[in-house]
Amino acid sequence: MTHTSSVPLYWRLKKSKYNVIGTRCRTCNTAYFPGRQLCQNCRRKGEIEELKFSGLGKILSYTIIRTAPQGFEQYTPYAVAVIELDEGTMISGQIVGNPAGLKIDQRVKPVFRKISEDGSDGLIHYGMKWELVDGQ
Amino acid sequence: MTQIGIVGYGAYIPRYRITVEEIAKVWGENAEDIKNGLMVYEKSVPGADEDTITIAVEAAKNALARAGIDPKKIGAVYVGSESHPYVVKPSGTVVAEALMTGENVMVADFEFACKAGTAAMQCCYGLVKAGEIEYGLAIGADTSQSRPGDALEYTAAAAGGAFIIGGSPLAVLEGTVSFTTDTSDFWRREGEDYPKHGARFTGKPAYFRHVTAATRLLLEKLSLKPSDFTHAVFHMPNGKFPTTAGKELGFTSEQLKAGLVVPHVGNSYSGSSLVGLTAALDAAKPGERILVTSYGSGAGADSFSFEVTDRILERRDNAPKTEYYIRKKENIDYGTYIKLKRKLKQ
Amino acid sequence: MVNVAVVGGGYTKFGEHWSRSLRSLATEAGTLALQDAGIDGKDIEALYVGNMSAGRFIGQEHLGALAADQAGLLPIPATRCEAACASGALAFRKAYMAIKSGEYDIVLAAGSEKMTDVKGTDAVATLMGAGDQEWESAIGLTFTGLYALMARRHMAQFGTTREQLAMVSVNNHKNGVHNERAQFRYEITVEQVLKSALIADPLRLLDCSPITDGAAAVILVSDRIAGKFENPAWVLGGGHASDTVALHDRASLTEANATKIAAKKAYEQAGLSPGGIDVAEVHDCFSINEIMSIEDLGFCRKGDGGKFVEAGKIALNGEMPVNTTGGLKSIGHPIGATGIRQICDILSQLRGRSGRLQVSGANTGLACNIGGTGATSIVHILGKEEPKGR
Repeated sequence: MTHTSSVPLYWRLKKSKYNVIGTRCRTCNTAYFPGRQLCQNCRRKGEIEELKFSGLGKILSYTIIRTAPQGFEQYTPYAVAVIELDEGTMISGQIVGNPAGLKIDQRVKPVFRKISEDGSDGLIHYGMKWELVDGQ
Repeated sequence: MTQIGIVGYGAYIPRYRITVEEIAKVWGENAEDIKNGLMVYEKSVPGADEDTITIAVEAAKNALARAGIDPKKIGAVYVGSESHPYVVKPSGTVVAEALMTGENVMVADFEFACKAGTAAMQCCYGLVKAGEIEYGLAIGADTSQSRPGDALEYTAAAAGGAFIIGGSPLAVLEGTVSFTTDTSDFWRREGEDYPKHGARFTGKPAYFRHVTAATRLLLEKLSLKPSDFTHAVFHMPNGKFPTTAGKELGFTSEQLKAGLVVPHVGNSYSGSSLVGLTAALDAAKPGERILVTSYGSGAGADSFSFEVTDRILERRDNAPKTEYYIRKKENIDYGTYIKLKRKLKQ
Repeated sequence: MVNVAVVGGGYTKFGEHWSRSLRSLATEAGTLALQDAGIDGKDIEALYVGNMSAGRFIGQEHLGALAADQAGLLPIPATRCEAACASGALAFRKAYMAIKSGEYDIVLAAGSEKMTDVKGTDAVATLMGAGDQEWESAIGLTFTGLYALMARRHMAQFGTTREQLAMVSVNNHKNGVHNERAQFRYEITVEQVLKSALIADPLRLLDCSPITDGAAAVILVSDRIAGKFENPAWVLGGGHASDTVALHDRASLTEANATKIAAKKAYEQAGLSPGGIDVAEVHDCFSINEIMSIEDLGFCRKGDGGKFVEAGKIALNGEMPVNTTGGLKSIGHPIGATGIRQICDILSQLRGRSGRLQVSGANTGLACNIGGTGATSIVHILGKEEPKGR
């Protein structure tokens, strides 16, 4: 019923989710993560190519989810942030570790984690989360 | 013949720790007795979103950073663990994709209790030596299981070590041997949540016999003696076993010091001796020798000799040292431990 | 050009209707609207139904025909409209355009959602369909979480306070007490909001609109026949704009560009400025959205929404009365019904029939219905006077 049950959905997305792989328009040099297949500026004139992002960025805003959706209950409370990646695009991602000291503008780096599970007998979905860069 | 050995290495230890006191309090046991007996003070606990696969990926990324090679050149990915998240579906496929090795790669999951990671290393070494692959990635990682209240609960930890084996190594693999028998000291049946073990039987006929035999075989094979090594790492189910085995074999506590990560990490099963090796490499100087002997219940031991090269100086700082992960910790209480390890039936 | 008027409207009691089905609620709303307009079902030429996710809430698709069937309107053309939480306004907009095109003279626009047949967690998962499934839902975000991200940023950027957010819910509950069809008819205090359970920091339970069953319907007619009806409310202008479905793809977390664009178009068509609006229905699915919306609609400057609320300007007797009948927070938010319910309440204000909630001298009213985190925004301006010279 829910998206967490779809096998092909996660299979299609694994490449970009495991390694922060998006796209870039070679024509105007705009980076997209999640990747887009049509450049928002150049439209059909844009030449889209794959781009591996560094995954580094900073927290633009964050929240701590206390009432979780299906498949995420065991992780509560967990922090989710909108992260501004260094390449100049934003992404939503979980921030691992103790959410108590989070602040806007903190630097974050990507880590590899379990994202959700389709029950105890379904698939485990892996991907990137983020963690604070040390010394903040 | 070109030298083959460790091209890059990396460790990963989850940030959560639970102390012996915290566990002993729940079961009404004497923490001091346990700490003195085991020489373990706290153990690592994986986050709710961590498992053998995520630990393997984090450790392997560090190994790749040190190796500085194109991941597409990795021809084999072998992940050794006794806590693979799936019974059927390999951990290695996720790890390989996460590292972007490319698809022309041999992948398999290994299981040999706590020595699956060193078994993976032997396979990579063999394939590289045979010229079948340029680089092989061997990983040992575990989120060890232990039944609440069992003696294992004080030590069963989570961590992983990853090694890229190939040419131009930072530590030459001089030789490896194994000593293997059918000795049932520790096991877990299909579908069971927790392992069972033979208590004191895990000692003399199991751990000590195999570790000492494999190490002696290696020394004999390479015509080396304990004093030829600056560092020695023996599988660390606790702090006492490797220390006792080392002493019996003629190694000093000074030789064991750098790799003895167990007091503040616990026993990370397949990760144990490999994380110890990463810590020894963090401390080693060019020209120094490191001996590693793993142990896997069931039972067997793999022994290796490495000679560190100058390359370690330029590669070591390209990833966090093992000590970084040992220090980066957050202590949790028993309730949080039960939650993170999902020991509550829902 | 054809002018379009709203000549009747009605909505069911909003709440948890354990004993009633979607078809029952929708039929009641349609009947109420027909009764209010004083016409018969056979006069209706077309039906537009706003509904977000009957497929997941009750397993029922093909809602247009079902609604026409249940309401005894067969065989007129029936169309289901979906734009997440803005599905109701979308149905209204399509009905308006159908008349504007000259094709029809009398059209029924309805909206409905039956949300309580599934567990709360299933309802939440369904609502997340309004966000980005691959990059928001998939990492554990909820709608409260998404609006919390906006709230945190708004607070950091403009100094909006936690208390100001609470005052939105307090205002809307205060009005809702007098709306007999509201789900929650009691007042709440700022302190109660601040002490309610954290759902996604900084948003708490009393910042959130509830899960609700309900239906609403309005009758739209062309100027050719509007003269037959008493107290019509004319559609003076409208706008409908889109933005990225994922919040993180927006240029800003603290403004809804779709609302700004939809509002600009609606104001231009109506020949009005924000100051010319007498009463407004704004999409307070979460308290922060009302604050952001009153800024994006131009009632105050960007960033001043919190202060605007704190100064009491959105109160019933304030400078710019907002959500005078309780808003989504107090009335409830049966997703597809909300946009139509807003039109019903504006109609009532313009007719002077809002009783204790009446804004005196209300000649113009605005309704802004937002889908998702602002990926769809639909604004309509209604007035008592028929537009001229268009």
